[in-house]
Amino acid sequence: MKIVCCVKYVPDATADRKFAADHTVDRVGVDGVLSELDEYAVEEALQIREGADDCEIIVVTVGPEPARAAILKSLQMGADAGVHVVDEAIHGSDAVGTSLVLAKAVERQQADLVLCGMASTDGSMSVVPAMLAERLGLAQLTFGTEVAVDGTTVRVRRDDDAASEIIEATLPVLISVTDQANEPRYPSFKGIMAAKKKPVQTLTLADLGIDSSEVGTEAAWTKVEEMRARPPRSAGTIVAADDGAGAERLVEFLASQKFI
Amino acid sequence: MRFELSPEHEDFRKSVREFAEAEIAPYAAGWDREHHFPVETVQQMGKLGLFGLTAPEEYGGAGEDGDFTSLCVAIEEIGRVDQSMGITLEAAVGLGINPLLTYGTDDQKRTWLPDLVAGTSLAGFGLTEPGSGSDAGATRTKADLIDGEWVINGNKQFITNSGSAITSLVTVTARTGARDDGRPEISTLIVPTGTPGFVAEKAYDKLGWHASDTHPLTLQDVRVPEANLLGERGKGFAQFLATLDDGRIAIAALAVGCIQACLELSVQYAGERTTFGVPIGRKQGVAFQIADLKVMVEAARALTYRAAALKDSGASATVLREAAAVAKLYATESAVTATRIATQVFGGYGFMEEYPVSRFYRDAKVLEIGEGTSEVQRMLIARSLGLPVE
Ligand SMILES: Cc1cc2nc3c(=O)[nH]c(=O)nc-3n(C[C@H](O)[C@H](O)[C@H](O)COP(=O)(O)OP(=O)(O)OC[C@H]3O[C@@H](n4cnc5c(N)ncnc54)[C@H](O)[C@@H]3O)c2cc1C
Repeated sequence: MKIVCCVKYVPDATADRKFAADHTVDRVGVDGVLSELDEYAVEEALQIREGADDCEIIVVTVGPEPARAAILKSLQMGADAGVHVVDEAIHGSDAVGTSLVLAKAVERQQADLVLCGMASTDGSMSVVPAMLAERLGLAQLTFGTEVAVDGTTVRVRRDDDAASEIIEATLPVLISVTDQANEPRYPSFKGIMAAKKKPVQTLTLADLGIDSSEVGTEAAWTKVEEMRARPPRSAGTIVAADDGAGAERLVEFLASQKFI
Repeated sequence: MRFELSPEHEDFRKSVREFAEAEIAPYAAGWDREHHFPVETVQQMGKLGLFGLTAPEEYGGAGEDGDFTSLCVAIEEIGRVDQSMGITLEAAVGLGINPLLTYGTDDQKRTWLPDLVAGTSLAGFGLTEPGSGSDAGATRTKADLIDGEWVINGNKQFITNSGSAITSLVTVTARTGARDDGRPEISTLIVPTGTPGFVAEKAYDKLGWHASDTHPLTLQDVRVPEANLLGERGKGFAQFLATLDDGRIAIAALAVGCIQACLELSVQYAGERTTFGVPIGRKQGVAFQIADLKVMVEAARALTYRAAALKDSGASATVLREAAAVAKLYATESAVTATRIATQVFGGYGFMEEYPVSRFYRDAKVLEIGEGTSEVQRMLIARSLGLPVE
């Protein structure tokens, strides 16, 4: 079995986030990491491999030079090989453009299973897995909280507020997993040393047969018009409880804010 | 000259730090308060491969890739959030696994190492006795070879990882006869924990390291097979000296983690706490002390990783002994000073158990005592300088 994991390099959420002059996220000038939500996809792939006889995991990332760190971390966790699509023309691509590049890169792998995280921790769009499945003509089982692969049958559990459902499909499929799916492992020293020797292929748009006019800022369907730093936290509302009616007032407040 | 850790060691540091911050830091104060030894966390550390950094692959270790330097990185990072778990790892590998690796027969290694390396079991190292600490050669514990079995009698004091729910064995030093020169012959024996007559007595009530497992041991007519001799008969003294040399580097790494914690906590607090209308970090009296912490952590780290690098490059025993003593002495005494400074920076809050500095303050002191006191380190250094010190 061959699994492709799509992983994204994102600015470290614990550091200050910066934007470039064209309103895109600055991915070069800041410390970046493998998107935490993609660690769940990598872990899921590793667990599937543990239960399979013969299974190879390829991680694919689209992003500038430093994005290689996202591949490296995945390889340190245990994936077998990496594919890095890097091309200046990709800069400024939106989800539509990104999914095109990913689709072309993933297509070449002839994977049985494509795994994605539920969203990126920077864009938080959650649409790339769906777009990618559509482009690849794969069944999509998104937001999985439990994944079981049995021969060519894949069963995924989805939990939402009202109900849980189990959906099933036959390989090949695309799955996105949530942060409830597993506990991603920390790379061991052995894994870190092994990753040094694992192959990473670098591809350009030309290698994938994509015309640069199809991607990037110009081709994007969406545009960031304006942005502002998050306002500093306000003082908040204090619900007084000394007269014994605090709980009632708290419920009223939560209801008025549509939290409940 | 360039002296720095490899990118892989730095990546490993990140990985252990993430682990330590998520799986240990939030619970450390609670374990300390409850004097609780968290077996599950030890096993998680095992899953991360921390116990196998110096072991060959056939026993589940990191093999060729692993080294002493990576072990020091792991101990430093665990020790940065919790000294108790740091010493648990240090003793498990430095005192538990390493003697078996170095002196064990294939059979002994196959029997014990896989579980120890996986972190599903722990081994203790029983050298110290009520009447023999710094003077470890004065061991009173006796082992007689009777009908193909060693019969061991004696007491051991302050033995780390010796009485936990997952302790599988303790190696003990014992007199096994007299040498030609009349001095006692000392050998090392492997004592599995279930052996009748072996008792790990009630855990100590300690000043610090509350979550670390330390017990006095009683050995009364403990019988183990002749094959449980570890290494050569009569080589026990030389073996533990070598074991302690390596262990001291690892203790120095634990001290570096402690100083690093003091530094980070102090920098943060000095920026937040205001007195007389300004953050206390504006006061030179505070800021300069924190600057000293930076010097201590850098110097201690450099000495520690230099000693680890010497160990990894196969330096001679004499070179290693001196480097280990220098690193241990400086790093541990700095750690005690650093906790005193950090506690002072925190003022009254530093004396409260709600703040981690107070825990580090209590934990640091023993660094100057275990695996050779500061006086013993000074003695070793003076001797290596050729001084006629006693
Ligand atoms: C929490 C903890 C865990 C431990 N874990 C282990 C373990 O796992 N295994 C193990 O075998 N041991 C362990 N030890 C024991 C430790 O190694 C000894 O306590 C240490 O070596 C000192 O021995 P002692 O306590 O008998 O002190 P002593 O040797 O009695 O020393 C008392 C004082 O005299 C000084 N002194 C002694 N001799 C000299 C000299 N020649 N010149 C100058 N000064 C001298 C010492 O430096 C010290 O200040 C542990 C100890 C503690 C506290």
